Amino acid sequence: MTAVLFFVFAALALAGALGVVLSRNPVYSALLLVVTLVSVAVFFLMQDAQLVAAVQIIVYASAIVVLFLFVIMLLGVDKAEAIIEPLPGQRVLAVVLGGILLAQLLFLGGRVWATGAPCAEDVCRPEAGGANVEAVARSMFTTYLWPFEITAALLAIAVVGGVVIAKRGGAVTGGEDEPLPEPEEGAIESESAT
Amino acid sequence: MTITGNYYLVLASLLFSIGAVGLLVRRNVLVMFMCIELMLNAVNLTFVTFSNMLDDVSGQVLVFFTLVVAAAEVAVGLALIVAIFKRRESATADDLHLLEG
Repeated sequence: MTAVLFFVFAALALAGALGVVLSRNPVYSALLLVVTLVSVAVFFLMQDAQLVAAVQIIVYASAIVVLFLFVIMLLGVDKAEAIIEPLPGQRVLAVVLGGILLAQLLFLGGRVWATGAPCAEDVCRPEAGGANVEAVARSMFTTYLWPFEITAALLAIAVVGGVVIAKRGGAVTGGEDEPLPEPEEGAIESESAT
Repeated sequence: MTITGNYYLVLASLLFSIGAVGLLVRRNVLVMFMCIELMLNAVNLTFVTFSNMLDDVSGQVLVFFTLVVAAAEVAVGLALIVAIFKRRESATADDLHLLEG
């Protein structure tokens, strides 16, 4: 039963990932990304990580993908990705390098999948027997309290930064503080052409 | 047939490689971002797998930090894409060559 579940969702995850890379339309890419993300959430569930699976669905498969779709709709879908490669042989080289990367990962994994011993019961799972949520929360709010607080600051900075960048970047301000005026760009291009 | 942790790790390396190849092959900046998300997800899968194999909850806590970094990256990255698009009317990586020597 578990094996069937694993292979079905592994096929779905790989198909979704390939679809993200291969599909011409960015909207299809975003929707196929959801397939992969949900499959990975199923793998989390199969490995007794219920909290992480729920967060994966809520944050990744809904929030982040919806953000992607919003931006795609805002910018308009440009289906015509240019066929001409600016660097000749880039795609072939990329696939070859990806194959080498995969071979390296598998080779590395074939030697040492997991290093270190399973830790003692009372260290890694304090108050063992509790639910997964409880164990993760206990670890997060004791051992990893400082990193957790710092991620809060990181998220706040990212939100403020995103707003500032998106506001200043275009014609919204319309003032003289445009960082990259267009005439200069033409001048640079004509200069490099000579 | 039982599914051991190695199956998950092989699957995660496949997903990571697909994401890496996609990042190199595609030229639309949005799709490149999605490929980065794929790679981050593969890493998350290995974290949870090791957490399960070693019976240690820390792996699952680290997944949260990866998620936060991914969310921050998407927020700032998409804002950058919107800003670039307002100026250039395209979302292709090859058009961004102002720093070219």
